[in-house]
Amino acid sequence: MAENNSSLLDVHDLKLHFRASAGIVQAVDGVNFQLNRNEAVVVLGESGCGKTSLAKALLRLLPRNVAEYSGEVYLGGEELMGLTDEEYRKQIRWVRMSMVPQAAMNALNPVLRVGDQVAEPMMIHAGIKKEEALAQARDMFSRVGVSADFLHRYAFELSGGMRQRVAIAMSLVTLPDLVVLDEPTSALDVLTQANIFNLLKRIKKEFEVSFILITHDIATSSELADRVAVMYAGQIVEVGDAESFFSAPLHPYAQKLMASVPRLRGDQELEFIIGKPPSLIDLPTGCRFAARCPRRFEKCDQDPPVFDMGNRRIVKCWLYEGN
Amino acid sequence: MAEILEKKLKDQDFSDTGALLQVKRLHVWFELRRFGFGHAGYVRAVDDVSFELKAGQAIAVVGESGCGKTSLMKTILGLNTPIKGDIIFDGMKLSELDRKGMMEYRSKIGFVQQDPYGALPPFMSIRSILDEPLIINGVKDPKERNERIRQVMEEVRLSPVDDFIEKFPHMLSGGQQQRVVIARAMILEPKLIVADEPVSMLDASVRVEILKLLENLQKSHNLAVIYITHDLSTVRYFSERIFVMYAGKVAEKAVVDEILNNPLHPYTEALLTATSEPDAANARIYKEVPPGEPPSLVNPPTGCNYHPRCPKIIEGLCDLEDPPEFEPVPNHLTLCWLHKDA
Ligand SMILES: Nc1ncnc2c1ncn2[C@@H]1O[C@H](COP(=O)(O)OP(=O)(O)OP(=O)(O)O)[C@@H](O)[C@H]1O
Ligand SMILES: Nc1ncnc2c1ncn2[C@@H]1O[C@H](COP(=O)(O)OP(=O)(O)OP(=O)(O)O)[C@@H](O)[C@H]1O
Ligand code: SF4
Ligand SMILES: [Mg+2]
Ligand SMILES: [Mg+2]
Repeated sequence: MAENNSSLLDVHDLKLHFRASAGIVQAVDGVNFQLNRNEAVVVLGESGCGKTSLAKALLRLLPRNVAEYSGEVYLGGEELMGLTDEEYRKQIRWVRMSMVPQAAMNALNPVLRVGDQVAEPMMIHAGIKKEEALAQARDMFSRVGVSADFLHRYAFELSGGMRQRVAIAMSLVTLPDLVVLDEPTSALDVLTQANIFNLLKRIKKEFEVSFILITHDIATSSELADRVAVMYAGQIVEVGDAESFFSAPLHPYAQKLMASVPRLRGDQELEFIIGKPPSLIDLPTGCRFAARCPRRFEKCDQDPPVFDMGNRRIVKCWLYEGN
Repeated sequence: MAEILEKKLKDQDFSDTGALLQVKRLHVWFELRRFGFGHAGYVRAVDDVSFELKAGQAIAVVGESGCGKTSLMKTILGLNTPIKGDIIFDGMKLSELDRKGMMEYRSKIGFVQQDPYGALPPFMSIRSILDEPLIINGVKDPKERNERIRQVMEEVRLSPVDDFIEKFPHMLSGGQQQRVVIARAMILEPKLIVADEPVSMLDASVRVEILKLLENLQKSHNLAVIYITHDLSTVRYFSERIFVMYAGKVAEKAVVDEILNNPLHPYTEALLTATSEPDAANARIYKEVPPGEPPSLVNPPTGCNYHPRCPKIIEGLCDLEDPPEFEPVPNHLTLCWLHKDA
């Protein structure tokens, strides 16, 4: 595989807060991470920790009730947050960075033939003529393993796995550098899941694309991960390469999370995390995991900084101060 | 078709085996109608399934979406009527029950539904949700009902009880809501609990909490449990036997370790291969997955229903003849021609 170690994405202190009746929801609250070309990073975290909001912040797909949207995002060295919405729409979204949204397979347009849906982003965002776009859609269908006969079908005529392939094809037609996949397989059966991961692995090689894979499914996330980022209550609390992370996670939350993953074989006890995450409206001032942490100590009343462990590994926990 | 079935089912008599639940040659076929009338075939959701369950035993039914897991469970709960076959539970024969008998039958089986978020009525407090089955089943004394409600809430660890009892479902976390669903299933002190994907909608850490709760209840109450899931990796944490279901049939049944270490049916092998463990090495390999999708349940293929996808197919046999149940290893049964000489 061609190794290209130049940095593709750099995210600094990214914030996306929403206004709600009960207060400000700090869904993405100072996120930092970095991704190389042709690399896949998995963002792991439990329901409601802000994963989808992070994807929306990266793609600037913002709802109306945004209270704060700030930070720095560099894509291939270019700063994105300074772009106007118009510039962002023309130059970035779909063109260089695309997304397979959560539940995409159920969100395909029911009255458009799926071939036309795949052709559409090319016509709109790359100004390609319809015939040419349809030809490319046909090519993309074969690459994601959907028979060309299906170009003329409607979404309801396809199985869940086929619809998900169509959604993946849509995200790839403009040949972006980066694709964000939000829970691409959580509604699918194991065999279909395995098929989709085979496909994503092949696409990663073939298109030299980078992936951000958002999921709460730790076991299957390892099918694609070069790197792993763990999200808790709006923040990234650990990032590391897949090898080190899956064999020995550092953050106490990540350790507990790994211990809760059922294994097919072996007989280690499963653990669970007592209590629930803090409300994103009313966050504690210290470490956000402290209330549930088995290893907390006095220092944890203060917000821990991000400690650099070397080897592109970072962890936001006082245990690693002066490691 | 009905005639063939008739013949097949002739040997259908129940002997007393001391089992709590006997499912015998169960066929649950849903009739398809064209424009509301006119027969257009059957959806064979459960197609000739037999098994037994003793008091206090836990089994897992594993299979992909649409293979008939929920249909099988609903039939055991008395919510679907089988087209053929029968069920005996705790001495009661399902096909012979009148209205009153049916009510008693249902009160002895607790049900934990597939979707915890849709399972609880949003405008009822936890107290009234748990009160309802007691009232329906004729527990008249409010004091007795109150005591039972508090007791069951303690058992599922919704405690301190006063913090939860007047709350509404939306005020609870996913894990707590699932505890309420389990409490409701337990409130009439059933002998059998049917749990349909009780944890698939929950986060990893909460999932473990609920599985452990179910395991504790099973042990402390000597409950029989049927645990339905599509996730093979969770089954060994609390069931003794696994049934692997494919397109309406039980393709393989054995104790957990046998299924995991010595799978006999090619479909079970495929499921095991496809199931991931968290391991960085996964990203470097492609998985071997059978092509295609499960067959139509309206027009199932001839012969073995897995033959169109099976890498080990014996041409001329698998595609023509329905495989019977073989027992190549004692107590390890499979519907697969590969084991015909065992
Ligand atoms: N437009 C919005 N306005 C207000 N709150 C929002 C909005 N969008 C999301 N939230 C809240 O922000 C938090 C994070 O939501 P998000 O969808 O990012 O979580 P997630 O990690 O993707 O969860 P899941 O795994 O369930 O998809 C949640 O508490 C959610 O209710
Ligand atoms: N009342 C009904 N009428 C007609 N068909 C039905 C009915 N109930 C279920 N089916 C069909 O029977 C088949 C089996 O469905 P069932 O719900 O039992 O599957 P399952 O294994 O529980 O799937 P899942 O994992 O998605 O819950 C499906 O094809 C379904 O569409
Ligand atoms: S009976 Fe034949 S087709 Fe069916 S699973 Fe066995 S080998 Fe494969
Ligand atoms: Mg989400
Ligand atoms: Mg079901």
